[in-house]
Amino acid sequence: MSSPKPTKLVGGRIRKKDWEALTTGQPVYTDDIAPENCLIVKLLRSPHAHARIRSINTVIAKKVPGVEAVYTWEDVPQKRFTLAGQTYPEPSAYDRLILDREVRHVGDPVAIIAAETEEAALKAVKLVKVDYEILPAVLDFHTAKDNPVLVHPEENWKVLCEVGADNKRNLVASGCMEEGDPEAVYAACAYKVDETYHTKANQQAMMETFRTWCQKDVYGRLMVVSSTQIVFHLRRILSGALDIPKSKIRVLKPRIGGGFGAKQTSVSEIYPAFVTWKTGKPSKLVYTRYESQIASSPRHEMELRVRAGADKNGKLKVLMVHTLSNSGAYAEHGPTTVGLSGHKSIPLYQTDAYRFSYDVVYTNRMSSGAYRGYGATQGIFAVESAIDELVKKMGDDPVAFRLRNMTREGDKMPAYYGETSLSNKLDACLEKAADMIGWKDKYPRRVLENGHIRGVGLALDMQGSGISGVDVGSVTIRVMDDGGYNMLLGCADMGTGCDTILAQMAADMLDCPLENIAVFSADTDLSPYDSGSYASSTTYITGMACVKCCKELIGKIIATAAEMLDKPADALEFDGEKVFVSDSPDQSVDLHQISYHAQCGSNSPLEATASHFSPTSPPPWMCGAAEVDIDPETGAIKVVEFDAAVDCGTVVNENLARVQAEGGILQGIGMATIEDIVYDEKGRDMSNSFMQYRLPTKEDFGKIRVEFCPSYEPTGPFGAKSIGEVVINTPSPAIANAVENAIGVRFRELPITPEKILTALREKENVR
Amino acid sequence: MNKAVTFTLNGKKITREFPCDLFLLEALREMGCKSVKRGCETSACGLCTVWLDEKPVLSCTTLAVRADGHRITTLEGLQDEARIIGGYLADEGGEQCGFCSPGLIMNILSMEKAFPELNPSEAEIRHYLEGNLCRCSGYESHIRAVTHYFAAKRAERDAGKEETK
Repeated sequence: MSSPKPTKLVGGRIRKKDWEALTTGQPVYTDDIAPENCLIVKLLRSPHAHARIRSINTVIAKKVPGVEAVYTWEDVPQKRFTLAGQTYPEPSAYDRLILDREVRHVGDPVAIIAAETEEAALKAVKLVKVDYEILPAVLDFHTAKDNPVLVHPEENWKVLCEVGADNKRNLVASGCMEEGDPEAVYAACAYKVDETYHTKANQQAMMETFRTWCQKDVYGRLMVVSSTQIVFHLRRILSGALDIPKSKIRVLKPRIGGGFGAKQTSVSEIYPAFVTWKTGKPSKLVYTRYESQIASSPRHEMELRVRAGADKNGKLKVLMVHTLSNSGAYAEHGPTTVGLSGHKSIPLYQTDAYRFSYDVVYTNRMSSGAYRGYGATQGIFAVESAIDELVKKMGDDPVAFRLRNMTREGDKMPAYYGETSLSNKLDACLEKAADMIGWKDKYPRRVLENGHIRGVGLALDMQGSGISGVDVGSVTIRVMDDGGYNMLLGCADMGTGCDTILAQMAADMLDCPLENIAVFSADTDLSPYDSGSYASSTTYITGMACVKCCKELIGKIIATAAEMLDKPADALEFDGEKVFVSDSPDQSVDLHQISYHAQCGSNSPLEATASHFSPTSPPPWMCGAAEVDIDPETGAIKVVEFDAAVDCGTVVNENLARVQAEGGILQGIGMATIEDIVYDEKGRDMSNSFMQYRLPTKEDFGKIRVEFCPSYEPTGPFGAKSIGEVVINTPSPAIANAVENAIGVRFRELPITPEKILTALREKENVR
Repeated sequence: MNKAVTFTLNGKKITREFPCDLFLLEALREMGCKSVKRGCETSACGLCTVWLDEKPVLSCTTLAVRADGHRITTLEGLQDEARIIGGYLADEGGEQCGFCSPGLIMNILSMEKAFPELNPSEAEIRHYLEGNLCRCSGYESHIRAVTHYFAAKRAERDAGKEETK
């Protein structure tokens, strides 16, 4: 008797394939596997927000015993590049050098020190003497555009794409698009809102800080092992930065201790790569938490003016969004994040007209980067706050208004690149989330016996699934000679579980148990090209590559069997264990025999590689509902319940999808209520540790509950879309809306802290 | 200045010289206990949790020389226990990136001593494990996993009682 057919894995609650290594503490992360003889790399960082280096004296630093090298701006290639991990040609301007004579934010690297021990390296850092000419700094992003002080005055600054950038105006990007006649439609509206919302920079704060080690391999090539989401982009970035051919570089990623987009920028890699390339010796750089807080790739601070108008029947007629985004000292992800602030907020609703315009500016603050949600988070906070403000003016109901005006399945979305929503359960998500939170009983507010006030609020939300027409995912699968499969990936499982999800898909396609799929990721020498794991792309884009790859491989398995059975391929079928003749099932060869046949006297390997890109980026949809508890005596705020309903298409792995949602929601609650990168008047980041930049703990919220309302996305693998980013966007607007419902005060700036609440309540009392 | 210390690491007696200002976290990683992770420099994240005489301590702020005459336990010395709790976490998808898992599991194991009845409430679980930061999970999966783990522990204990009757 053959064993029973494996149950279908897609849709199951499957453990992550790496769970045992992770939970027993095996050495699987970058620093755990670094060679013991690595030079320790440390960076001397600028104490000034904007300065020009007159001179650097490294003589004394180099005399410290154990110091191998001290590099300054004079030692590095002078070709500019970007650290943004994006498909070439990158929209982010080429505005970086490994080390620059001009430093542009507090924490900008000034010198690279490599030493045999950490002690020697730290001592040498202190002994590098720098004479700075302090320059005026642009610290307020409102005044950056056309400011006489230029963050990037240099002549070799360069843009590869038309994004409306101009370094002589401190512009990283600018643009405007519209449909219909938004001003005329707005003027004719019976109800209008015109408000400005402000979201702050936030740190991804993944538990594993940025880190990289490098060594030269046996062929003299540079081998880079790094905690990165983007092995292939990183290879290209290093090639440009070091000015050496890509073929001389190999990038690998081991297990990653969290990313959330932070590691879509190559924050730490260029420094040890330069050291190893110059010295020929292994080296490593492990960022301290302090460095990860002050010189990394946080969320773009944005200020968004929203104009929304509705007619007297409660029909939303127009949405206009203007975004001002703070890119900081470098352009990384500036032109693209801002796009999502309009393209993934306005299409939540069907309107007669829209306009989306934006400026992204350079300032002398830490460069911003990619953070889960990538601009959509900021845009949705603004639009979903404005919608509630409009609803209040109209005396309408927040749920009824949204049901009346939301984008539904089959609707065209002009502000979303003209795409049509082919899979959309947003209406079901809204009804489900409202039901879960007990909207009917709790809206708008309740006063508890202890005097605390509770309010409920909700918000709609969307994201994309990959970058349409641009990013590529690829999968290679080989038949092993025991009938199992090697699956080679270039995407990056950073704890999300995509290695497992892709294995589930492959196992279902190939009709085999999950254990038969051995997953490998990622190594630029071995993996097929993949843009990397960002932009909610891996399940949808690489997932489709996996489906295609399996189909192709099955064709090859059958073709090999056809030779063995001397039958035409179209007379054969593959059941996962054997290929048999359709109308004579007794005639068969099993996968072992087929794989051995392919290894002996064969011209065709039993392997397939498939790539996939998508002309569309189908949005996942979601509704989040918050209940907040406010103590009017102290202003203390606690999210006592957050309920969410998510349409991510087919749920490929319920456990992993649920935890993506719960984790994203708590990050969003942190953004809404606690997290803020605060600078002092000299441009120094004061939120430079987990004491000053506090993360939510298990006691900071009541309960997070998640339900799924799956649609079926026809262009996705097994009907799946994405889940990774959509989950972070609803907490900020839902909580702001809940706070207004509780205490009648609208907060248009995040985070909504007890201090701000108490101040607002006092002011309200004084007005009375 | 160095000091010679003798201690038990995961059941094995060891004598070593440590610099007096070396923290236990670095010492343990150098001795191959790579499960011990650094997540911050301010005793805020709980990633580096190990046991000093079966009591959880943050190894990032415990001097290595304090180990003298004591028993130090890391997850390397609790592999079977870790695998069991790890299974409960994995059944909820709660380990995610895994970087905080060793510190978290050390503290879940120490909960067994803090709650000898093996019956912590949800509020008690949240409070006891509050110091173990995790950025991936939103914690709900941890709470579910710990709840299921203790339920299984109680069932195991009660089954044992039945047998001895």
